[in-house]
Amino acid sequence: MKQQSFEALHAAEWGAFEHWLQGRKSTYPERGATGALPEAEVPQRYRRICQHLALARDRGYGADIVDRLHRLAVGGYHALYAERIPSRSALAAFVASKFPAIVRRERKIVALSALLFFGPLAGMIALLHYFPDLVYYFIAPERLSAIESMYDPAAERLGRTPEADSAFYMFGVYIWNNIRIAFQTFAGGLLFGVGTLFFLLFNGLFIGVIAGHLTHAGYAETFWSFVSGHSALELTGIMLAGAAGLKLGTALIAPGRLTRTQALITAARDGAGLIYGAAGMLLAAAFVEAFWSPLTEFAPTVKYLVGVAGWICVIAYLALAGRARGS
Amino acid sequence: MLPLTGTIALDTVRSVATPEGVELDLRLAGPVGRACAWLVDLFLRMTGLLVLWLVLIPLGQLGIGVWLIFLFLVEWLYPVAFEIWAGGATPGKKLLGLRVVNDDGTPVSRWASVTRNLLRAVDFLPALYGVGLIAMLLNRDFKRMGDLVAGTVVIYVEPTRPPSAIPEAPPLAPRTPLTLEEARAVLEFAERVATLTPERAEELAGIPSRLTGTEDGALARRRLLQLANHVIGRRQP
Repeated sequence: MKQQSFEALHAAEWGAFEHWLQGRKSTYPERGATGALPEAEVPQRYRRICQHLALARDRGYGADIVDRLHRLAVGGYHALYAERIPSRSALAAFVASKFPAIVRRERKIVALSALLFFGPLAGMIALLHYFPDLVYYFIAPERLSAIESMYDPAAERLGRTPEADSAFYMFGVYIWNNIRIAFQTFAGGLLFGVGTLFFLLFNGLFIGVIAGHLTHAGYAETFWSFVSGHSALELTGIMLAGAAGLKLGTALIAPGRLTRTQALITAARDGAGLIYGAAGMLLAAAFVEAFWSPLTEFAPTVKYLVGVAGWICVIAYLALAGRARGS
Repeated sequence: MLPLTGTIALDTVRSVATPEGVELDLRLAGPVGRACAWLVDLFLRMTGLLVLWLVLIPLGQLGIGVWLIFLFLVEWLYPVAFEIWAGGATPGKKLLGLRVVNDDGTPVSRWASVTRNLLRAVDFLPALYGVGLIAMLLNRDFKRMGDLVAGTVVIYVEPTRPPSAIPEAPPLAPRTPLTLEEARAVLEFAERVATLTPERAEELAGIPSRLTGTEDGALARRRLLQLANHVIGRRQP
């Protein structure tokens, strides 16, 4: 068939499909504009466009007609093969069962991340108990006194410098800073895991040093009553982001039977859930840290209890939530 | 045009095969276009943050807290939001006619968008996307590290162009049947002849003298148009 008769034969069909694609794209489709083409008919129409494209190419038709059909085919491909928009219940399902299930599936790498993060943390607390002066190897004295002032027992609100005394301000700081650290910890995995390793060890050591020092230096009650509330969510969040980063790192170092690129893609797709979850936990942690942790109206014992309850909840959630009944 | 067997096409077009059995072409975008898009986005983001700062600063510490949350969102989630909900392109990319798609040409999936944008932290190192640029130059598809891990590419969106009518001329059958490539070349010449100066058109038409049977530019141009009219199947009026 010659090009001109081919075009004349199918022009109306192409026009209708083009019209449908445009109606899809515009934010406010005119009523009835897309009605010209019943949705149920779209896949069939799209396959016909593909067939016409193949024919047009095979018969050596002009670039005009081939490009037009190509554009229609690409539009149809995008319309039909896009990822489905998740329903609202998908988010609930992620929180209720999917995220803990991912953490359990990745338990090996999560355990490694926990070791790299909580190991130095606990180690430094213990070490500073016996050698308190070690703190000066890590933190300059001026910085240390600034940190100490945040936990002054005389302060009305804990965990704040004098010039930053607003819960909402601190909420912003915690979100901006803590979630950024989690994202960097994840991204660092791409440097053969070295970046993740650095952020996990560095943050573990730093938190451990400060905790050890403040405990020893007479700020134990204020410090621990401040951090206990949000510690479970925050530390676990960072640790899970680290696990996602370590996944990238191990995919690069030991890709197994895949190519490195394929291994990376697989690791990132499997680890994406960890990052969503970690970001969510850190968001919750920022809320607790800004609005609950600084309160001095409650006795330290109450705050310790809340902290312990937080740890129990987080561990129980990650270990148990979403398990099928009877398993 | 297909490359000769045993060679690699020095081209930025990648084909993906769809389940329907046709190949779709993706025109990959290189570092320069993407850097421009990034600059446009940077400008938009900075302007937005500045305006917010001016609005929120009278609220004191509360305002700064809100602003920091926006800073976080703009820093990390601005590209993700646009890639997922606005057809795979931030405003900067849209302006430059770019969009992000998966390796198989489908619209970018959510996890891929999140991954490729969080990994900007690595691509940006040591400054201004140094790692990203080197990665882009080292692979065939101009992928920065984030694209490699997420399995995405940045492509040019095909601009819609008005159809160019082939000028009418009395059709003329070729002396020997045209090969596919010859027919395609004749058609492309006829489609573009309106955009060429007459001198250039005649110069080009003089080249395929085997088809036209003449070296004379003006006559060859007329013959090519006649051949084109024959190829698309116009009838003698």
